[in-house]
Amino acid sequence: MSTQPLLEVDHLKVDFRTDEGLVHAVDDVSFRLGQSEVLAVVGESGSGKSVTAMTLMGLTRSPNARFEGSARLRGQELITASDDELRKLRGKEIAMIFQDPMTSLNPVHRIGKQIVEQIQAHDDVSDAEARDRVVTLLDRVGIPRSRERIDSYPHEFSGGMRQRVMIAMALSCDPGVLIADEPTTALDVTIQAQILREMRDLRERTGTSIILVTHDLGVVADIADRIAVMYSGRIVETGTLDEIFYDPQHPYTWGLLGSIARIDRPRPHRLPSIPGQPPSLIDRPEGCHFRPRCRHEFEDCPKYPELEGRIGQAPGHDDRCWLPVEEKRDRRVVADGQIGLEAEGATA
Amino acid sequence: MARFIVRRLIGMAIVMLVVSFLTFLIFFKIPGGDPADRLAGKYATPGQVAAVEREWGFDKPFWIQYGNMMEKTFTGDLISYTRQDKVVERIIDGAPRTFSLAIGAALIWLVLGVALGLFSALRAGALSDRFLTVLALIGISMPVFWLGALANYYLGYKAGLFPDGGYVPISEGGLWEWFKHMILPWSVLATLFVGVYSRVLRNQVLDTINDDYVRTARAKGISERRVMGRHVLRNSMIPIVTLWGLDFGYVLGGGAILTETVFDLQGVGDYFAESIGALDVPPVMAVVLFGAFFIVLLNGIVDIVYAALDPRIRLS
Amino acid sequence: MSAAAAPNGDAMLDVEHIKQHFPIRRGILNTVAGHVHAVDDVSFTLREGETLGLVGESGCGKTTLSRTLMRLIDPTAGRITFRGRDITHASRRELRPVRTEMQMVFQDPYASLNPRKRISQIIGGPLELHGVARDEIAQRTADLLERVGLQREHVNRFPHEFSGGQRQRIGVARALALEPKLIVLDEPVSALDVSIQAQIVNLLEELQEDFGLTYIFVAHDLSVVRHVSDRIAVMYLGRIMELSPAEQLYSKPIHPYTAALLSAIPIPDPRENRRRDRIVVGGEPPSPVDPPPGCVFHTRCPRAQDICRSEIPPLTDYGNGHLAHCHFPLNVTREEIAGSTKSPLSPAASGDSQPQYVDPELHPA
Repeated sequence: MSTQPLLEVDHLKVDFRTDEGLVHAVDDVSFRLGQSEVLAVVGESGSGKSVTAMTLMGLTRSPNARFEGSARLRGQELITASDDELRKLRGKEIAMIFQDPMTSLNPVHRIGKQIVEQIQAHDDVSDAEARDRVVTLLDRVGIPRSRERIDSYPHEFSGGMRQRVMIAMALSCDPGVLIADEPTTALDVTIQAQILREMRDLRERTGTSIILVTHDLGVVADIADRIAVMYSGRIVETGTLDEIFYDPQHPYTWGLLGSIARIDRPRPHRLPSIPGQPPSLIDRPEGCHFRPRCRHEFEDCPKYPELEGRIGQAPGHDDRCWLPVEEKRDRRVVADGQIGLEAEGATA
Repeated sequence: MARFIVRRLIGMAIVMLVVSFLTFLIFFKIPGGDPADRLAGKYATPGQVAAVEREWGFDKPFWIQYGNMMEKTFTGDLISYTRQDKVVERIIDGAPRTFSLAIGAALIWLVLGVALGLFSALRAGALSDRFLTVLALIGISMPVFWLGALANYYLGYKAGLFPDGGYVPISEGGLWEWFKHMILPWSVLATLFVGVYSRVLRNQVLDTINDDYVRTARAKGISERRVMGRHVLRNSMIPIVTLWGLDFGYVLGGGAILTETVFDLQGVGDYFAESIGALDVPPVMAVVLFGAFFIVLLNGIVDIVYAALDPRIRLS
Repeated sequence: MSAAAAPNGDAMLDVEHIKQHFPIRRGILNTVAGHVHAVDDVSFTLREGETLGLVGESGCGKTTLSRTLMRLIDPTAGRITFRGRDITHASRRELRPVRTEMQMVFQDPYASLNPRKRISQIIGGPLELHGVARDEIAQRTADLLERVGLQREHVNRFPHEFSGGQRQRIGVARALALEPKLIVLDEPVSALDVSIQAQIVNLLEELQEDFGLTYIFVAHDLSVVRHVSDRIAVMYLGRIMELSPAEQLYSKPIHPYTAALLSAIPIPDPRENRRRDRIVVGGEPPSPVDPPPGCVFHTRCPRAQDICRSEIPPLTDYGNGHLAHCHFPLNVTREEIAGSTKSPLSPAASGDSQPQYVDPELHPA
């Protein structure tokens, strides 16, 4: 990873006006993405992970949206860029693949044409040249008989194959950054494994940086270099893969890690779970957003927690929890080497 | 494709047979529908009536009568009971008038409906959108006979901007005369449809615009124009084309009876209305067959176009 | 769901050679052009108080099978016996008393609750249908809400006022209302976030212990299934590939498909993940309209040989209730194969040949 980050996001805020009130979808999100790095943005629904990703692409722009903060791709500002400037970057410098491959391709156009459309939007190439590029791309993402299949319609492909097409499309202009929003969630596990392997290979070969938006910590462990854990619109903890998995600092991260059923461990009598529900994005608790569900709440928690490194932590491993580091290491439950929560009664 | 066409042709024959049979049955059973009475005249003796019955074959069984009528329709020998002229000739005479009306109006309502619908969708919720919604509702609710009479009276008769009704074939008055005579009928007939089409398209566009593949299209970095044209509008047009084909077939087959009557176009619809009023079975039967033919034909064409527009649909 | 209690209970549900073939109709005459072999000769016995996990990828027939068991669709062939009664062809009226004893919880908590009904109507509806008195309905509805972790005061709310996890609790309360014996849970937590999944899974386990319920837990997530199940049936293309006590399936998968599935699951532990040798099976499941002959997995199986393409393997019983449908099983010794028997649960069309031993040294999985 080079020292000059490819993408720098600082204090990004996204609010949406709705009939019920102002939805604070993304609140003070900052991160760096280095060259050929895979950053996993992890969180549950409503955590703001998808909105963050889509905002980088300018896909959340609407009369009801309000943006603050900055996001710079190779120094170029994305948040305040004009629609036209952003359009030139989209698909060229920064590309995206989406969750549902069944609905993400236009059913009425041939897949080759849909990819050619993107190539010709950015590069001045002839139809024949663009087509050749598409064939190469389809080969690269493992679509057999690419020369014939280029003229197929999306419905003639399975979900896994469509997701390969989406990846080929995203890679068609050699983007510096690839945003993958839950790319394997809608797929079966054996197909998911194929797609993840494809993404790993691509990163090796092309050096593309990837922002992987997901709720699945298994997928994260499989592919990510660094992780940002989001909760209620904020990044609550960020660090390297090993830091987050083996030295998590934020009680929400503990809960997340602890509540996954794992096939490689003896099964506990009860799955540890985080009690309660995530707060509404309209009416959030003061200070730490995780406070109402946290067992370790104390008098500092209503104060606004900055995302920062604390004494005793490795640089780059930041979190938003007020507990002192020693206290955290004491309090988080480590059973059989597994970080988790107290196992007893967390159901109701 | 060949199989599809053959299947459609068989389907067409069946539909026309069923429709004509039902029509014949209705007129056969309708009280006061006995044509012999009318043909024989008001003061005919029972003997005269019986003679007429024999001459025209009304004494034959129902099935024979139906068969004869169908046969005559296709040989062109069908004679009207009231005017005693050849029905098929009247229809051939009226068809260009009806076609002129249908083709022109259908083009207008398609183009205007799509344009207004798209405009409305792009400004959804804004004042202009709401204004167009009201306008569309007015268009949909205005009865043709009223709107037509109004247009005819004020724009035609009073202001003299247009001829008040009638039809001039191109071969007689030239293109311009024909066109001038058609403007009002076209506009009046199209008004109703423009309202419907613009509403349907608006809602389609608003649905489509939130589809995942439109988001993908935007993420590709293609121009907004292209996103709207090739992705949003292209996909929103699929139901519109279906609707249009069916409506067009209906109007082509003489369905715009009121418009034809109000503007005295003397097309097939006009003839139909007149024949029904006189309980004149032969022309009614023939026009029904004529109408059914176009409706079924357009239905088939719609299916082909539909499959071309949406590759997920396959013919066969 | 304690492992010890499971295999000894009385039979709750007996499923014998169930087939579910859906006709595909084509042409003007609506002639049957083929069949979707959604479920193809599946047999098992469900014991009282146990949880049977039904896992597999999309299109494997697990959901169709569960609906067939509930008699929501009529089976093409086979027999279903519920608590001693043959319900395969039971009429609607005959099914009525059975329906109170079998309930279902669906995947999508947003779609499975009528948005125009209050919670009291949703939960109390089935009670009213079965002639429970009004006062008692109100009382029981409130009790049920409390039991599934909601508040009694919520009875008059509408579904949209609840989050996904809370709605799934309502779905569970509705299923519990008639005091059923068997609940079929169709992907009950798939639509929920991880932290909420754990809450619902725990709730289901508690309820099972308190009310002595029997569960069929349909899911594609093998981690969750392992946590809740006593036994697990792995399905592929309409057939059972492996049927095993839960723990054994994970420690000693016998069918190559099971091994591939397990291997495909990324473990949320980076070091563990790096250590694992993972098999990524290529290809995609074939169409259920025209399933391959022999073993349906042979088109993707790394161990497939000629016999797999021609002969349907029997469901072989390796003892301890561990059954697998494979000619070249994994993780079994020569002795285990010698001691194995053809299970009566085998598909009727399967052959009699004994599985063959494959030296793991020569033929690593």
